[in-house]
Amino acid sequence: MMRPKATYVRPGTLTEAVDLLQDLDDRCKLLAGGTDVATELRSGAIRGRCLVDLSALPELKGIHEAEEELVIGSGVTLSEIASSAGVARGAPALAKAAAVFGSRQIRNMATIGGNICRASPAGDTLPPLYVQDAELELTSSSKTRRVSIRDFIQGPGRIDLKAGEILKCIRLKKAADFTMHRFDKIGNRKALAVSIVNLAGLVALSPDGIIQRIRLAWGSVAPTVVRSSRVEAFLTGKPLRMETLDQAYPLVQDAISPIDDARASAAYRRRVAVGLLFRLTTQQESPDSIMDIA
Amino acid sequence: MEPCRQVPVAFTINGRAVSLEVAADETALHVIRDRLLLKGTKEGCGIGECGACTIVVDGKAVNACLMLAAQLQGRNIMTVEGLIEKHELSVLQKAFLEDHAVQCGFCTPGMLMSSCALLKDKPRPDKGDIVDAISGNLCRCTGYQQVVGAIQDAARRLFGEKA
Repeated sequence: MMRPKATYVRPGTLTEAVDLLQDLDDRCKLLAGGTDVATELRSGAIRGRCLVDLSALPELKGIHEAEEELVIGSGVTLSEIASSAGVARGAPALAKAAAVFGSRQIRNMATIGGNICRASPAGDTLPPLYVQDAELELTSSSKTRRVSIRDFIQGPGRIDLKAGEILKCIRLKKAADFTMHRFDKIGNRKALAVSIVNLAGLVALSPDGIIQRIRLAWGSVAPTVVRSSRVEAFLTGKPLRMETLDQAYPLVQDAISPIDDARASAAYRRRVAVGLLFRLTTQQESPDSIMDIA
Repeated sequence: MEPCRQVPVAFTINGRAVSLEVAADETALHVIRDRLLLKGTKEGCGIGECGACTIVVDGKAVNACLMLAAQLQGRNIMTVEGLIEKHELSVLQKAFLEDHAVQCGFCTPGMLMSSCALLKDKPRPDKGDIVDAISGNLCRCTGYQQVVGAIQDAARRLFGEKA
């Protein structure tokens, strides 16, 4: 029996792309940077599909900074995010996550839209987007809609992307009123590590060290990124000290549901999830999460 | 515009204009090695982890194994073969040789392309920049110190002492 052969198409504009998707069946596979799709083609996880390359669409490019909002095109690469002054101002935790994403080579190709749509529990751009309540703009030939990232990502690899839709951009309210913007990641090595646990944290501290507002999002400790209103409410109004964070231990344990996998055990993830929280008491990210100088 | 199995692509590689048809699911690495017979670019892991297949596309280092051949369309590609200058090794290549940054040599083309992209972007890199630039390139022989040293040497020879 003949296996169906893969096909490829690269639309030049967003209109062309959504018109094209209307005519294609659900056997099409969208790609932007192509880094994940290339490995899936190699392993045989996908074969005989129609590959729709979105990398030429100008509408998916660019980072636009407005007064209170940051709009990031889904086709923006991780390198562009890591070096963007607008992202550094409006979403510093995302900039930090982008800087330690994959390797230089992968950051030069991989896009934020691809990382979101992959919906990996360990995706490094996701916790920073969750703490800023990112909204995603999805476009099809008939309509445009917005959905929060929490509703869009439904499980590992499962997203609320309807047939014919393309993720156009990510909208973030700038996190200007927070004093701490953190992204910490634990992996087996510094470069090219899939996160064992990661944590994005935004904290607004009063001059005397009281947590006025806090948002926390853990990755790789549940099927999707975890934000816990109970943990956040518990910590609000309390001093940012080890004792306070330690008291949140049981609440954090309730919020997460990690698994054993090839990278780490569930028990280890449970301890590290709280360990990363403790790091909020230090001024900077741990040396592990930034590039070490040999 | 129709999806097709064979995709016509035209691009520049090491200064030479090339046009050919590639399969929809073929990688850039396959085209470079097996169609254009530029065997300097190596296939190590094939999944973007080792960096042996690093090439420079429009000035940026990327993994050729993670790039679809169809995505070569309109791009300017440089492989390790393109480093040579007037039949002589480039300053960067000579520095690798002289500083013993090459042992088995399998990672070397990728290391060279990552560092070539770095030096174009940042002619006077500090050690941290260099370590960052080659952190996606695995080497199982040298222990990296000689590689970092060679890149520092090349930068010095090309652009003078670090500011």
